Amino acid sequence: MPEVKNRQAVTGAQAVANAMRQINPDVVAAYPITPQTPVVEYFAQYVADGVVETEMIPVESEHSAMSAVVGAAAAGARAMTATAANGLALMHEIVYIAASSRLPIVMAVANRALSGPINIHCDHSDAMAERDSGWIQLWAENAQEAYDLTLMAIRIAEHEDVRLPVMVNFDGFIISHGVEVVDFLDDEVAKKFVGEPKVMYPLLDTEHPVTHGPLDLYDYYFEHKRQQIEAMKHVEKVFKEVAEEFAKISGRKYDLLDKYKIDDAEYIMIALGSTAGTIKYTVDLLREEGHKVGVVKPQIFRPFPKNELQELLNGRKGVIVLDRAASFGAEAPLYEAVKSALYEVAVRPQIGSYVYGLGGRDIKIEHIRKAFEDAFSGNLIADEERYLGLRE
Amino acid sequence: MALNIMQLATMFADKHPGITSGHRLCPGCAAPNVAKFALMTAEALGYTPVVGFATGCMEVSTTIYPYTAWNVPYIHNAFENAAATVSGVETAYRALLKKGRLVDPNKKYAFFAFGGDGGTYDIGLQSLSGAVERGHKFIYIVYDNEGYMNTGNQRSGATPPGSQTTTQPVGKKLSGKIQLKKNIVEIMAAHENVYVATVSTSEPMDFFKKIEKALNFDGPSFIAAMSPCVRFWRVNDDKAVEISKLAVETGYWPLYEVERGVYRVTKKVKELKPVREFIEKQGRFRPLLKRPDADEIINELQEYVTSRWERLLALEEATKDKPIR
Repeated sequence: MPEVKNRQAVTGAQAVANAMRQINPDVVAAYPITPQTPVVEYFAQYVADGVVETEMIPVESEHSAMSAVVGAAAAGARAMTATAANGLALMHEIVYIAASSRLPIVMAVANRALSGPINIHCDHSDAMAERDSGWIQLWAENAQEAYDLTLMAIRIAEHEDVRLPVMVNFDGFIISHGVEVVDFLDDEVAKKFVGEPKVMYPLLDTEHPVTHGPLDLYDYYFEHKRQQIEAMKHVEKVFKEVAEEFAKISGRKYDLLDKYKIDDAEYIMIALGSTAGTIKYTVDLLREEGHKVGVVKPQIFRPFPKNELQELLNGRKGVIVLDRAASFGAEAPLYEAVKSALYEVAVRPQIGSYVYGLGGRDIKIEHIRKAFEDAFSGNLIADEERYLGLRE
Repeated sequence: MALNIMQLATMFADKHPGITSGHRLCPGCAAPNVAKFALMTAEALGYTPVVGFATGCMEVSTTIYPYTAWNVPYIHNAFENAAATVSGVETAYRALLKKGRLVDPNKKYAFFAFGGDGGTYDIGLQSLSGAVERGHKFIYIVYDNEGYMNTGNQRSGATPPGSQTTTQPVGKKLSGKIQLKKNIVEIMAAHENVYVATVSTSEPMDFFKKIEKALNFDGPSFIAAMSPCVRFWRVNDDKAVEISKLAVETGYWPLYEVERGVYRVTKKVKELKPVREFIEKQGRFRPLLKRPDADEIINELQEYVTSRWERLLALEEATKDKPIR
């Protein structure tokens, strides 16, 4: 394992901004929105101090932030932005355009509840609203992962088999504002890892003029969508390659699924983001009591790592899925995906859906323990959505 | 270098500046000439144009995949963000120039953003205002056909009172749109660190000069071009230039410029023709003319046009040699 030289106590926002500093993107266009704001602020300071060569566009809205990075990326620049909640919602239209234009934009998302009513705290409703936008979604558990995944995202997005934008999700306030110890790579190591931008069909290659964003009617639109679908299929392979390379320089190995104590686990809990950390702790406690429990944290939600999950869940006694977002009139998004994957496995486990933490509501060990206990007693009902930490 | 017509005619006799023929705009549409006049000026002055376009007639008609009528770099993003998109392109240019990648330091790049009146006066105003406030070096050109023509003649913030549209039609009870056209030129001029001008394809030399000025201006420029839609203005295919000319001669579309707050009327019409002449030449006002309150509406418009003309002349006098920044 490489020696750690840059171990610092920082907030997740600082960790992400530091990754952006090391990436030194050509263009960053961003608008401040809680709880993403410190990312933009730290980065703006880097620009002001001349620490990065980035041209920063302090736009008048998130809609323009995404529009400007689309313009910049199409022009041939390495372009990044960051947002959260309503800012991401305001970008929504252009989020789709970025993906369909196959622009390798990387965006940090400090996940936050989507209005209304207005709420500034963490949940995953913002990212889930972009689930089908064609963006790759990486999910961080803590500041370390937010940093690492931001660096990896550049490589995945720009890979010639992928050419898709990536959003790096990290829980608003919990990760963005919480202080943790983070091991940073040396600047040179990080710089070498992300490498020079790989550009395709740049607008500014004026010798070979191209038309970006044409009108695409029923005679080609479908084929172009199929190409996007195909590009997504390459992501898992590229993710693994990039993770392998990242492990060599950092000693930290990522996989599509982060697995904790699952080898002999009879009951597995699945969750995205920071709560996976709390679950790991609870699993340790339950293990001491003799329960065979484990955690699976999808490091990536789009594309959804279905095959790996199927292999892993086949034959287990119980699977408990925790969602930090609701889908009104349907099943919660992570649960829906896991349940759908389980349809094809040989020996289906019992499965249960738990929604928690909406609008920043605290999730505690006893909540997680309660959900596990439901599983232990055979009380998981596939068709019932339950709530953790809700006053009823 | 100052441009002259002969020079431009010779230069582009067998070459398409920016936009080629074969696009699918309606016969007689004024919009392609707006783009052409701007791009030929840039090319003639040695600039390499890069074009961004808002969703609209011209965007959908010139880039039907797998074809394109553009022989210069072109990007369309969405309806309301041509200015923001081009601000990203222009910023990328500066970043790449600094880093020595992709961009030729010996070339003069000219960044253009185009939008119709919908994408400019209405839904795109925020992104336009933001980009101009930030001072990106680009030229935004609105081709103003006074409505959402691409989707079938709906009202926009640029639609004049009494014009027939499908979302505020003239009916038994209502006389269509009652509000005057939004004065986008003054809104943009109020950004202060900007060069703003109105142009018309009926006055090509004035048009070329203003584009030249915009290219030389150290900061953002905004050019508003009168661009009749022959289809929904209900005029013949060969009438776009004639109607534009009448718009200028009546004072309905005064030709002027504002450079950092300094006004200059570039075509001094000795005696303005009555606005009624402009209105009566177009089928879109026919339903209005049948209404009993037609005179009232036309007179009100006439009063506005006259007072604005007088105000412009006064502003020219008052702001002479007094740039605001």
